[in-house]
Amino acid sequence: MVTLIVDNKEIETQEGSTLLQACLDNGIYIPNLCYLSGIEDPPGSCRLCFVEIEGYDQPRTSCRVRVQQGMVVRTNTEHVRRLQKTAFELLLSTHHVDCRNCPANKKCELQRIAKFLHFGLKLKRLEPLERDIEVEHEHPFLEYIPTRCVLCGKCVFVCRKRNGQPMLSFAKRGFDTVISFFGEKDKAVDVCKECYACAEICPVGALLVKDSPNIPNP
Amino acid sequence: MNHKSKEKLLEAFASIKTEAEKRFEKIKGDSNQNIFIGMATCGLASGAIEVKRAFEEALAEQKINAHMISVGCFGHCYAEPLVIIDKPGFPPILYHNVTPGKANLLVKAFLRDDDPVFEHVLGAMEENELIPTVMEFPRFSQEKRVVMAKCGLIDPEDIYQYIAQGGYSALAKALAVDPEQVIFEVLESGLRGRGGAGFLTGKKWQFVQDAEEKGKVVICNADEGDPGAYMDRAILESNPHQVIEGVAICAYAVGAKRAIVYVRAEYPLAVKIVQKAIEQARELRLLGKGILGTDFDLDIRVFQGSGAFVCGEETALIQSIQGQRGMPQPRPPYPAQTGLWGKPTVINNVKTLASVPPIVEKGGKWLKEIGTKKSPGTAIFSVVGDTVHAGLVEIPMGVTLRSLVFDICGGVPNQKKFKAVQIGGPSGGCLPEQFLDTPIDFDSLTEAGAMMGSGGMVVMDENTCMIDVARYFLDFTQHESCGKCTFCRIGTKHLLDTLERITKGEGRDGDIELLEGLSIDIKEGSLCGLGKTAPNPVLTTIEYFRDEYEAHIQEKRCPAMMCRALTAYYIDLDKCARGCDACVGSCPTESIFTTRDRKKAIDQTLCVKCGECMTACPSEYDAVRKVSPPELAPKIERPEEG
Repeated sequence: MVTLIVDNKEIETQEGSTLLQACLDNGIYIPNLCYLSGIEDPPGSCRLCFVEIEGYDQPRTSCRVRVQQGMVVRTNTEHVRRLQKTAFELLLSTHHVDCRNCPANKKCELQRIAKFLHFGLKLKRLEPLERDIEVEHEHPFLEYIPTRCVLCGKCVFVCRKRNGQPMLSFAKRGFDTVISFFGEKDKAVDVCKECYACAEICPVGALLVKDSPNIPNP
Repeated sequence: MNHKSKEKLLEAFASIKTEAEKRFEKIKGDSNQNIFIGMATCGLASGAIEVKRAFEEALAEQKINAHMISVGCFGHCYAEPLVIIDKPGFPPILYHNVTPGKANLLVKAFLRDDDPVFEHVLGAMEENELIPTVMEFPRFSQEKRVVMAKCGLIDPEDIYQYIAQGGYSALAKALAVDPEQVIFEVLESGLRGRGGAGFLTGKKWQFVQDAEEKGKVVICNADEGDPGAYMDRAILESNPHQVIEGVAICAYAVGAKRAIVYVRAEYPLAVKIVQKAIEQARELRLLGKGILGTDFDLDIRVFQGSGAFVCGEETALIQSIQGQRGMPQPRPPYPAQTGLWGKPTVINNVKTLASVPPIVEKGGKWLKEIGTKKSPGTAIFSVVGDTVHAGLVEIPMGVTLRSLVFDICGGVPNQKKFKAVQIGGPSGGCLPEQFLDTPIDFDSLTEAGAMMGSGGMVVMDENTCMIDVARYFLDFTQHESCGKCTFCRIGTKHLLDTLERITKGEGRDGDIELLEGLSIDIKEGSLCGLGKTAPNPVLTTIEYFRDEYEAHIQEKRCPAMMCRALTAYYIDLDKCARGCDACVGSCPTESIFTTRDRKKAIDQTLCVKCGECMTACPSEYDAVRKVSPPELAPKIERPEEG
């Protein structure tokens, strides 16, 4: 076991654990979107789980830090909050906020983070960015709504874990990046049937099982 | 290595070298007249193929026996196509901007009639009593060529020419000593990675050497992608063997048996030349199994990148070789610990590896004598933009920007004023005039807010709008962002949109603060180097040209008069000549009309601000004016028809 100090509180955790996991296990919430418990090589892509660690000048993403005996960590400094709020507002600026009609309402990770950061769901200094991408209806069982997607990549991870070769992945680049099934309809009929792991893990209601309510019309 | 096998190794190399020298003499020997013509991408683009054909035809017609040798890039882009003619009784002479007509003339006048045609000479390559040498020009004399020493002087597709000029002797020398000693020399030299970050090369090698795991890999990063930077391409196209030799020395030093040259597929000539060079080296047993009779094996292959800028980032590069989407991974772990297929991996830039053979040859101390204390050696820049002598320049570190831009590259053309220089490509920054005395080295440039980067340098004159420059680079990084992390994917898009708004005259109060705040967060928050450096063009232009941002936002005025939405053209009626209609035909939108007193005026509602009328207006009238903001253009009503 390893002991470390987080926000002046001593916590114990298993050796080799990530700092984020250790905090979450001990009831210290750090905003995160792309991290999955047990993931061996966290992608570190959502850039929300920043913390300050004694001995480092800059905040670091806690999902990429392994715990060390005696580590002194602070999760709520001004610097940390500034980066988290900016990252959150950036995500929000591409997210079509329509909670009322979203199946993820009340269990949405964005709502949770908004509440935690006292940020709300309204943009402060940024303007909303329109993403000119339509809902993908091609898949036999699933719908993908790009204007909700935060590109955390959890769906890709769980799909790979369950099916070996993932049925969906990132496509395009820059601001146009999306999740795509790459038109593999025939293969999807066999693989995706009754799996739905991707839709279950999606934290923001961007991947839905077909014919479920609350899918925006094209 | 014991004494006997060392002798065997040096013997094996000596016999290759003798053969190379014999062949090289033979080329020169038959006629003793040689024509070297630059046939790298830049030469080809300026018409080297036609020039070569013209030489061949003229030689055949005149029945003159001379050798045509295709060489690589000499670095003097402004003077391409370049030709060196080496004729007995004369020094080797360099001719610039050679056309097929000039080629024909040179064969007749020089090769047949012994007249070197002075008016087309750029300079002689050796001291002589007839013609001034190129060393009298700062573009040559102030350069110091370590990496590019043989570029443009040898045929890149003939390994023997490289060997005859001293090539591969560093590899032989390295193989005769322990790997530790090779690393010691590289450490001693203080060589820093030329890919941008400037990490100590010897240290990186040491990490990989120290790793116990087997299956180590060396990767040569030639995924050059900065707009306006092309030194890696030029080196690979002009002297691939120096890079391959560097790779081989590195592999021996760290204990790798596999190496990969990662070249972008958009460099087809470089890919072809490197592949051929690897073949040739393998045939001579300078690569492959049992190199030069030792027990060192090395297999090098070329991997073609598919053209994503982000794949120049080492972790994304590794992903892409592994067949995955080129997305950077958080570091640590560094590739030196867990790299390609999880094995310890050295990734070095082309220029870094090409610096290695001379270091091994001449010793680590030798490199330290060049450049500055903390940045030893040379820097290669591709100097482009508003400069007279654009091209590749290799200079000792520590030369000032002023000396590079004005002395070596001839300053800004057309009597225009210097405004800024953009260093380090999309990750770098724009430095204004007051930084011209900054020495060029890793630390001084970083301190000034720019960075060495891989060596792209764009010189800009007074007619450049700095907001538009920032917008251009952000447009590039936004399109090249891999889309993985929040700050880079969405943050750079907000920066780009805001800059676009400002250039269109839709800037608002608070935009500068928004740009600054967001830029700082993107720098601190992004996952990889692309995102961490992407805001640099924005931050430096705000810092050094804040007044231009304010003019755009508050006065809707573009001081450089480049942003179309903020400028207008009008015709000065006092200067316009009655009856002249030179401008009318040049206008693509028929926006120029005749006024009541038979002069010309522009209908602002139709004008697309292309500037053609300004070019067309005869210089004796010089009546077309450009203004910003557009309201400054006087309003002239179109007379009613009839």
